[in-house]
Amino acid sequence: MNSDAPQTLDIVQAGLAKRRRRETRFRWYGRTAILLAMTFLALLLANILGRGFSAFQQTYIALDVYLPPGELSPPTPQHLAKVDFEGLIKQTLRRSFPDVRKRRQKRALYRLVSSGSAYELRDWVMEHPEQIGKTVTVWLPAGADVDMYMKGSVDTSVPEAQRRLKDYQIHWLERLKREQRLALRFNKIFFLNGDSREPEQAGILVALKGSLYMMIVTLALSFPLGIAAAIYLEEFAPKKNFWVDMIEININNLAAVPSIVFGLLGLAVFLGYFGLPRSTPLVGGLTLTLMTLPTVIIASRAALTAVPPSIREAALGIGASRMQTVFHHVLPLAMPGMLTGAIIGMARALGETAPLLMIGMVAFIVDPPQGFLDPATALPVQIYLWADSPERGFVERTSAAIIVLLVFLGLMNLLAVLLRRRLERRW
Amino acid sequence: MQPDTLIWTLSALCAIAFYLGRHRAVQASGGHIRNLHSLPAYYGYYLALCCGLPALLVLCLWLLFDDKLILQLILGQLPEFWRNLPEDRLSLVVNQIHNLIAGEAGIQEVDPAIRAAADHYQRLKTTGYRILAILTLTVATAGLVYGYRRIAPDMRARNTVEKSLRYALILSSTLAIFVTIGIVLSVLFESLRFFSKVPVTEFLFGLKWSPQMAIRPDQVGASGAFGFIPLLTGTLLISGIAMAVATPIGLLSAIYLSEYAKSHTRSIVKPLIEVLAGIPTVVYGFFAALVVAPLLRDFGVQLGLTVSAESALAAGTVMGVMIIPFVSSLTDDALTAVPRSLREGAYGLGATQAETITGVVLPAALPGIVSGLLLAVSRAIGETMIVVMAAGMTAKLTLNPLESVTTITVQIVALLVGDQEFDSPKTLAAFALGLTLFLITLALNLVALHVVRRYREQYE
Amino acid sequence: MSTIMNIVEKFEESRDSAAPTSTDSDQGYQTVGEYSVAKPRICCRGVNVFYGEKQALFDINLDIGQREVIALIGPSGCGKSTFLRCLNRMNDIIEGCRVEGDIRLDGQDIYSKELDPVVLRARVGMVFQKPNPFPKSIYDNVAYGPRIHGLASNRTELDDIVETSLKRAGLWKEVRDRLDHPATGLSGGQQQRLCIARTIAVGPEVVLMDEPCSALDPIATATIEQLIDELRERYTIVIVTHSMQQAARVSQRTAYFHLGKLIEVGDTSRIFTNPRHPLTEDYITGRFG
Repeated sequence: MNSDAPQTLDIVQAGLAKRRRRETRFRWYGRTAILLAMTFLALLLANILGRGFSAFQQTYIALDVYLPPGELSPPTPQHLAKVDFEGLIKQTLRRSFPDVRKRRQKRALYRLVSSGSAYELRDWVMEHPEQIGKTVTVWLPAGADVDMYMKGSVDTSVPEAQRRLKDYQIHWLERLKREQRLALRFNKIFFLNGDSREPEQAGILVALKGSLYMMIVTLALSFPLGIAAAIYLEEFAPKKNFWVDMIEININNLAAVPSIVFGLLGLAVFLGYFGLPRSTPLVGGLTLTLMTLPTVIIASRAALTAVPPSIREAALGIGASRMQTVFHHVLPLAMPGMLTGAIIGMARALGETAPLLMIGMVAFIVDPPQGFLDPATALPVQIYLWADSPERGFVERTSAAIIVLLVFLGLMNLLAVLLRRRLERRW
Repeated sequence: MQPDTLIWTLSALCAIAFYLGRHRAVQASGGHIRNLHSLPAYYGYYLALCCGLPALLVLCLWLLFDDKLILQLILGQLPEFWRNLPEDRLSLVVNQIHNLIAGEAGIQEVDPAIRAAADHYQRLKTTGYRILAILTLTVATAGLVYGYRRIAPDMRARNTVEKSLRYALILSSTLAIFVTIGIVLSVLFESLRFFSKVPVTEFLFGLKWSPQMAIRPDQVGASGAFGFIPLLTGTLLISGIAMAVATPIGLLSAIYLSEYAKSHTRSIVKPLIEVLAGIPTVVYGFFAALVVAPLLRDFGVQLGLTVSAESALAAGTVMGVMIIPFVSSLTDDALTAVPRSLREGAYGLGATQAETITGVVLPAALPGIVSGLLLAVSRAIGETMIVVMAAGMTAKLTLNPLESVTTITVQIVALLVGDQEFDSPKTLAAFALGLTLFLITLALNLVALHVVRRYREQYE
Repeated sequence: MSTIMNIVEKFEESRDSAAPTSTDSDQGYQTVGEYSVAKPRICCRGVNVFYGEKQALFDINLDIGQREVIALIGPSGCGKSTFLRCLNRMNDIIEGCRVEGDIRLDGQDIYSKELDPVVLRARVGMVFQKPNPFPKSIYDNVAYGPRIHGLASNRTELDDIVETSLKRAGLWKEVRDRLDHPATGLSGGQQQRLCIARTIAVGPEVVLMDEPCSALDPIATATIEQLIDELRERYTIVIVTHSMQQAARVSQRTAYFHLGKLIEVGDTSRIFTNPRHPLTEDYITGRFG
């Protein structure tokens, strides 16, 4: 064949340019794929951030309210609860804009401030009883339309008839702006309120607390159960045993079962069979436990296999029982890996929505839950609920709630990464 | 005594038992712990187990069954008229009683018989708790005494404790089986009730899905149709679009990252792709409905196409993006499992890197990749939030990606969220859909897991 | 990545453990014996190889003649495999590996920018330590090289190449009836001969063999050794081996590597009967390694 070696070389050389081009093309396919994925990620995050960031601020209006001593004293909580603060605010507004006469315009005038500002004013008076009898400047949350205008989301080039905000209202707002009576402030309502029909009064406290309670239930159940199952399967279970095989197949399959099926299970078993109360963090937590358990078991098993057998042999060699070996030596060494797995499982559970819809956590709930058996929603469910509302104010709040959720998920993942870095051992 | 107080009391008793047991063991050894078979703490654990375990068992059994028992009792005492009601009306009565007990009676008038029944129920419940407390504490004390007497220096406390611990471990690991059985039973049971009202053949082969049931029997044209085919085609259409997006992007990016990229690039890009997997699906749904769908519609208008506001294309594309990291990480696993020697064999023959990958590495990794794709399909079929928020509600039998279709998961949510009665075919249909969903994904998962297992064995 | 770490670690380990025995300074040593030949096929001068910061080969000078079998021997981690992989630029695919010096194939610098490694590897084929048939049929394994290089213009030509290669590798009689069976079903020795057939199907001038028999049983080893002897008529063969007996049986020249240095090179009969360097003598007499 040596005689035809030069010929071979020629053939190889001849095809080379074409092959090189194919190589370059193939490489670019890969780069393009990555670029596409990254572009989408950037688009998604930028979009959510862009829409939601403004929700962390809320427009406030400064009103000079006269606090009539006759109506307001004594300033005890019982008495103040009965006072018509709404009327007080309306009075003030009428006084500030004396030329408003028409009924429709008056109603529009009242909508400048949020319907919740009566409570704000009441709370303010309770804190400052010494101001009763004087005219004081109080900053009150503005209505949703005003808020949107201040944040520049109202397009004034649209014909007046198609706008929620009419020309005369914009005129008022411009006047208030000139008098420096309109300002954007940190939106603490968003973090301190439950759900509401009014966007400017809606907050995520119920959802946050509901999610927190559910996470507590899920962690408290899935972590010990998951570790126990992993310990049995890795350390004690006989190999090549029918039942052990069954368990493994089941775990692997459950890890890939759609989450909504777990919701159906929760509905049929926890609500239908055991009769636990609907919409509660307890049921939500139980359902999420069943869903997270396979993830925790798989991660814990991986952590256990990473512990070298020499450790076990050393402990057994000095006469420790198998149980003692596992609990005194293997488990502490595998713990970082197990914790990482549990955190990642928790993060998944925190973002899960579908099974919670099945067990009735999609309720309109204003009061924050006080325990595991009070009705609540969860953060992702709240996002789902708000996403349905067409108002611009809710779109903004949906995005803001997503930001909060993503921050929590990011922190959890960061914790998992740090934990792995800090406690990781190299054998 | 309420159950939660009882549980606290029991825990306290167990703690006492632990100290008693340990103390007793030290005493029995005559001050020399060497004489004991096990360490003193084990005798403590042993006694705590003797005291707590049987009592806890009694407690759980009672709490599981007392509600049903009491209900039977009070239903038996209802006047003749109520007792002879048909099944579904009776469950309504039971609901009413439950509402009364929970204090959610509402404004409507309640029959005095039912009010009496509710009062009776509450009395029985209180008495029941009293009996339960006495029973539990008696069992606990009896266990304590029994165990205390058995403690002796040569008793093998450690072995007993470890044995019970071992049973606890076994029990935890079998939970997975119970969950599967639970899923199958709960879904199957309701599905069977559904199929007793709607024939299986109509469900499996019917071409029309409109689960509205007549409110009044004489109402026109509202008999409800439960043909599952339009849902299946809708699900497959959206999953197909998702896979069409995720497969090339996920596959190619995994290939690039594992074969071409420098480790530095890899360490940056890989976590970024994983971020896509960490974003909750509700966020994707929001994005699909708010951004992608209008974008596609505007784009369609420019091309002169009518794109539905809830087009399958929008939901499918976004779902595809969600699945990208899934495909890419499973592909990555499959590629790294291909031994280096195969790559070197190809390079040694003068193959270019692309030729090595397409000609040798990919075929060798094919089983792993295919099973990864199967798992991805199973995930796409079961994905709920994206389609609930971005896909339509009306079941249309079409393969046009620009139209609005509905999926199995969307219908499950639509049928079960909101007010529901537990017996209508409408709610039961959701469980039948759940059963089909479970079976489809189960089949896909089992095939995929089997292939993965075989594939791993090949290179290990 | 992990494999690379393994290579580097293996290398570091051996350096660490054997370091005290080395008394030479790292640079400026002299290879004992005649490293140049009259009409070299491959000519290496001043070759240094680095894995990241670690230097794996020090100033190697060695010529490889036409149609000879040269054996590279030495304790594990001595750099003989690294040297072999330099000859067809297989080190290129290891991240962080750097090759310095001058290696010429028929007078052409193989590390020059003009030369595509693809062409080089078509001329300098390689057989690996563990038989690594592709998970395809026997036929497709042998046909893979000719296919990617476009060596056959039609099916008959390809059939011819496959048959000739399998015959030269001494495998034809055993597999002629089952060319479409998966190659992974063959025995270890057959697999390795298949890999040799796969390599020579491309029509190389030089065949590099990296411990080709280390994963085989004695009978399969004997077959391969006989095959190497036959292949010598057409190809230049560089073989890395752990077994001194094998080196003595198959090669005409032998090069002894130690801790990344080429200690001694010469005719095989001379090296094994009359080693000049004390390290070579220690190794050959089995005092270490």
